[in-house]
Amino acid sequence: MPEKRIVLGNCGATDPNDIETYLGKGGFKGFIKARDRLKPGDIVDQVKKSGLSGRGGAGFPCGLKWELARNAKAKMKYLICNADEGEVGTFKDRYILSHDPFGLIEGICIAGLAIGARQAYIYLRAEYHFLNDPLCRAIAQVKEKGFLKHLDIQVFEGAGSYVCGEESALMDSIEGKRGEARYRPPYPQARGLWGQPTIINNVETLMNIPHIIANGAAWFSAMGTAKSKGTKVFSVSGDVSKPGVYELEMGSSLKELVMDLAGAVDIKAVQVGGRHGNIIPGHMIDIVLSYETCLGPGAVVVFNSKRDIIDIVHNNMHFLNDESCGKCTPCREGTEVMLEILGRLRGVEGAAGDIDALEDLAQTMALASLCGLGQEAAVPVLDSLKYFRAEYVNRIEQSLFLRSYLGEELSKSKEGER
Amino acid sequence: MTKETSSITSGRAELLPALKRELKKNGCLTREIMDTVAGRSGLPLNEIYGVATFYAYLPLAPLGQYVIKVCRCLPCDMKDAQAVIGGIKQELGIAPGETTADGKFSLELVNCIGACDQAPAMLINAKLYGNLTPQRIVEILKSY
Ligand SMILES: Cc1cc2nc3c(=O)[nH]c(=O)nc-3n(C[C@H](O)[C@H](O)[C@H](O)COP(=O)(O)O)c2cc1C
Ligand code: FES
Repeated sequence: MPEKRIVLGNCGATDPNDIETYLGKGGFKGFIKARDRLKPGDIVDQVKKSGLSGRGGAGFPCGLKWELARNAKAKMKYLICNADEGEVGTFKDRYILSHDPFGLIEGICIAGLAIGARQAYIYLRAEYHFLNDPLCRAIAQVKEKGFLKHLDIQVFEGAGSYVCGEESALMDSIEGKRGEARYRPPYPQARGLWGQPTIINNVETLMNIPHIIANGAAWFSAMGTAKSKGTKVFSVSGDVSKPGVYELEMGSSLKELVMDLAGAVDIKAVQVGGRHGNIIPGHMIDIVLSYETCLGPGAVVVFNSKRDIIDIVHNNMHFLNDESCGKCTPCREGTEVMLEILGRLRGVEGAAGDIDALEDLAQTMALASLCGLGQEAAVPVLDSLKYFRAEYVNRIEQSLFLRSYLGEELSKSKEGER
Repeated sequence: MTKETSSITSGRAELLPALKRELKKNGCLTREIMDTVAGRSGLPLNEIYGVATFYAYLPLAPLGQYVIKVCRCLPCDMKDAQAVIGGIKQELGIAPGETTADGKFSLELVNCIGACDQAPAMLINAKLYGNLTPQRIVEILKSY
């Protein structure tokens, strides 16, 4: 299957600084239809029927979430566009925000009508500060055209925290608190920002909305697999000749993406999904990309045969440990201990029980962590143990051999060097 | 539309934007600044401190005029971010976490900045630089 550009359809085809070019390509047709011809309930219905699921990683059905917020009774409802994009290996939202801000704003306008929100925020990560002014200018142009009578959109910039991409931490951050995950329930659809019903959607999710409204739910749900409808935008990096953003119909294969499009040749493994990314070994490259298999937010990092799996997993864990908000013990301490073990393995200072310890910890973290960060932190560890166990076993054997051969003294002097 | 959340009346919600304004004015959030913000917002100092220390981009100590943030995450690491960091170290004579004696540059290692398609990548203040090499680093730093 070749690339199928729907979400990215206007990227490069319109001028992100000039709304006229967007209108010239049929922009805001979806919004005008939603505003003039559909009741809010009908919009929600269309989105439900389309089968659109969240593109931010969790894959929750978008229409269902909207319905809950729509039906919630409250004075004020909020809509938040999640543009925190902190996942290692993702840059698709940056690409979209840079090239087609009007598409996103149109999606936000329609979502606002559907759920009855009067205030919307775009939570922009601090690293994307350079996109703040262009985004504000785009919003001003949309307002001038009269498309924002029902809704105020503000850009809220983060301050450098990955976990703030997690929806409950994100709301705390807007409320001026430390961005720590909240206990749930209540879910944001019922009690979110300042205790009011709140919908949080990823940039890419909202980009799909104008197309669904303009072309109909049936058009959208005809694309993809049984449970994954539409297309997905992938961010491809690592050992490929053409890193970049690619949009494919759901159900396309990983091979098409990384080999045919991104130009990977030598593939030891591919990490799909970001922080909690599944590690897919090279021999499984035909795997289909969908919520049923592996997807996450669509971060795809390719590793060639020269890459060391333990190095990869260690770097991953370094990130997770650094970004853990520290509120819950399994995540805060679990990532710490895993980092220590992986660090030792990397430095050929493994011990006999290391694999068991990693597997034990992984279970506790998955079960007892407060948010996705801790719950999924061990996925790459477990995957790598499943497909590349020999590398771990080897490393431990090397460590044991080195220690017995060189003796305690030498390994001590090595410690001194570090 | 303003970037500040002016339509919100709750003092709490004003905190992050207020801290950012102070940061822009003063370059860092010292104890005195946090005291002032606490006084103005009616929030206890420990709350302000808690928020300020949570976020990576709210420094408590002064940084250089230009803060170089080099990405150290996997996709950049794989494209030899180490060589870039080495190049900066050599050019400026500072290690990560340090500031040049003239107060012009600070060097930091940060997590993924969303530019893995241009790895290795870095930010200098808000400007993004990708596809870095030790040679390009020298040119870029000279332009500051
Ligand atoms: C640690 C963590 C980080 C996350 N970061 C992001 C992010 O940067 N962007 C995003 O859209 N969703 C992120 N999410 C998912 C959000 O919690 C939430 O599910 C999503 O924004 C909902 O939007 P969607 O249904 O449109 O996908 C993150 C989740 C976790 C647990
Ligand atoms: S890993 Fe360096 S920008 Fe993403």
